[in-house]
Amino acid sequence: MAEVTRLVHKYLRHDKKFPHVWCPGCGNGILLGSLIRAIDSTGLQKDEIVIVSGIGCSGRISVYVDFNTLHTTHGRALTFATGIKLANPGLNVIVIMGDGDATAIGGNHFIHAARRNLDLTAIVVNNNIYGMTGGQYSPTTPYGALAATAPYGNIEHAFSIAELAVTAGAGMVSRGTVFYASMLDELIGKAILKRGFAVVEVVSHCHTQYGRRNRLGGPVEMLRWQKEAAVRIEKAKEMTQEQLRGKFTVGILADRDLPVYTQEYDKVREAARAMALERGKADGKI
Amino acid sequence: MTKRPPGRQLVLQGNEAIVEGALAAGCRFFAGYPITPATEISEVMSYRLPAVGGTFIQMEDEIASLGTVIGASLAGVKSMTATSGPGFSLMQENLGFACTAEVPCVIVNVMRGGPSTGLPTRVSQGDVMQARWGTHGDHPIIVLAASTTQDCFTATVRAFNLSEKYRTPVILLADEVVAHTREKICLPRPEEVEVIDRIMPNMPPDWFIPYEDNSRGVPPMSMFGDGYRYHVTGLIHDVRGFPTERRDEITAFLNRIFRKITQHLLDIQQIEEEMTEDAEVLVIAYGSVSRSARRAVREARENGVKAGLIQLVTLWPFPRQAVEPVLRRARVALVPELNMGQMSREVKRISQGATRIETLNRIDGNLITPGEILTRLVRM
Repeated sequence: MAEVTRLVHKYLRHDKKFPHVWCPGCGNGILLGSLIRAIDSTGLQKDEIVIVSGIGCSGRISVYVDFNTLHTTHGRALTFATGIKLANPGLNVIVIMGDGDATAIGGNHFIHAARRNLDLTAIVVNNNIYGMTGGQYSPTTPYGALAATAPYGNIEHAFSIAELAVTAGAGMVSRGTVFYASMLDELIGKAILKRGFAVVEVVSHCHTQYGRRNRLGGPVEMLRWQKEAAVRIEKAKEMTQEQLRGKFTVGILADRDLPVYTQEYDKVREAARAMALERGKADGKI
Repeated sequence: MTKRPPGRQLVLQGNEAIVEGALAAGCRFFAGYPITPATEISEVMSYRLPAVGGTFIQMEDEIASLGTVIGASLAGVKSMTATSGPGFSLMQENLGFACTAEVPCVIVNVMRGGPSTGLPTRVSQGDVMQARWGTHGDHPIIVLAASTTQDCFTATVRAFNLSEKYRTPVILLADEVVAHTREKICLPRPEEVEVIDRIMPNMPPDWFIPYEDNSRGVPPMSMFGDGYRYHVTGLIHDVRGFPTERRDEITAFLNRIFRKITQHLLDIQQIEEEMTEDAEVLVIAYGSVSRSARRAVREARENGVKAGLIQLVTLWPFPRQAVEPVLRRARVALVPELNMGQMSREVKRISQGATRIETLNRIDGNLITPGEILTRLVRM
C-alpha cells in the first residue's frame, strides 16, 4: 500500500479535480497503474516524458498524470507524437489510444507510424467498443456481437491490432491484458525502453457498453474471461489450432532491431550538410 | 552607377520564395503531403531543411501533416505545412485544435480551382471564406495573402512573426499564379529580417499557470521538456489547461482568444495603398488579382480617371480600420476576385451602403486581366 501511495503522490496531478471520468471497474484505471509503475521502473525523469493521447475514455489518461501531456484530436495522436519526437528526439513520447482511435479513424496513421519505425511507444487499449459515445461497434468488435449501431449483430470482422502492427513494420509489438497487471507493467516498461516504434495492445473490458449488451457480466466476469482466454505466446506455439480457438496470445509478438527513423534522418542531415559545403566551395564562398 | 540594393537578387517562383521566407523567419520543421500547385514548397523544404539542422517529413496525408506540425511546435520548433484546396479541407479539424490550444504554426494554402478536385493546375481565390471559417466553432484566425514573389517572402516571415506573437495558427493564402510565377526577388540579409519568437515563461515552474490571462491576452508558452509540465488539449480548458464545463471559465477562455486578436488589430492589419488620396474610383484586390488591378489603376489614371488601389495583405481579421476611411472618400469601389464574391461581401458589410460596391468575378481558372478591370473602371 505504501508503494501505491508513493507512486500516486509522485505521478498523479493533485491539482486536477478528481474523480476521473471512468466507470467503476473500468480497465483504464488498471492500465494507468501499470503505466505509472512502468515509467517509474525506467528511472526516467518526468520532464523527459510526453504523454500523448487521442479521444475516447482512454484519451483522458493524459489529464491525470504529471508529465508533459497532450490530448489531441480523434485518431491523430500518433501524428502529434511524430512532430514532438522529430523536433526533440531526447523526449520519450508515449501515445495512448483506444481501439477505435488507433485502428478506425487513426488506422492510416497507425500503420504509417509503424512503417517509419520512429522511436515512439504506442499503447492501444482494446475494449472492443466505442465506450465514451455509448457502445457503437469498433474495428475490434467481434463478429456477431451486439452494439448500439449493430442491434442485429455485427457483420464486420475484427482487426487483430498486434498482428497488424507486426505486419506494418513496428520494431516491437506485444499484447497484454489488464487482468495480468504485473505482466502489463513489464510489457510497457520494455516498450518505453525499446529503440523504435513499440506497440502494446492492452486487452481491456467495457462492461458498461459492451459487456452488459452482450450478457458477458460485470467487470469481474470480463476480467475472468481475460484470465481464461489469454495464452502466453511461448505456450501457444505448442498448442494446436483447435486448442487455440477462442483464445488470444499475450507476450512479446515481435522484437527486432530495425533502422530507427531519427537515426536515419541524422544521415540525411549529414548528406545535406556535405552537399551544401561542396556547393559553397564551388561558389568560392568557403 | 546605380547602387545595388542590399541582399541577394534572384529569380524565384513564389513557392520557392515562401521557403526562403520560412527559413529566414526561423522555420526548422516542415511536414506536408504532395499536392498541386503547392508541391514545390515540400520539395525545396526537403532539400533545404536538413542542411540547416531542421527536419522535413512527408506524411501519409494532410491531416497527419498538420498534426505533426502542431506537435513539433509544442516541442519548441517553428513549424509549417503547405497544401492546396483538398488538403486544406482535410486540415480544418487540426486547425481548430491549434486555435484552441494556441499553438503557433503557419499553413500555406496555394489556392487552386474548386470545389472538390476542381482545377488542380488553375488559379482561384475560392478559399477566402474557408480560411476564415473552415474549422468548426467560433474562433479567431489570422489570414494573409501574397501577390508577388517578393510578397511571398515577406508575407511568410510576417506569418511566422504574427503566429509566434499571438500564439495562433496563421494561414498564408497564395494562389497558383503567385506560386508559379518566376520573377525577380531581393532576398534581404538575415540580419535585416525582423524575427519574432514566442515569449517563454521565466517564473519557477511551480508558479507557472499555462493559460493565465495578461494584458496582451497571450500567455507565455513553454515547450515540452523544458521543466514546465502542463496539459495541452483541444477541449475548452481552464487557466491550468484542464478541461472545464464551468460557464465562467468557458466564457473567460473564449473571450481571451478572441481578444488577443481584436485588441491587436492595428498591428495585425496590413494593406498597401496606391493613389488612394484623391481616388474617386477604388479597386480593392488581393493576391494575384491585385497585380492586374495595379496596372489597371495606373492606366485609368493616364485616361483621366481618378482611380486608386487598396491591396489587402491581411484578409482576416478584415483590415476595417485601414480600409474604411479610404472607402468613405471614394464614390464607388470595385472588388475583382477569382471567386463568386467572397471578399466583396465583406467590403459591402463595411461600407454599409455609404459607397457603392461593384463586383468583378471570374471562376474559369484564368486570371482577371488588367484590361477587364480597366474597362470597368472607366465606366464606373
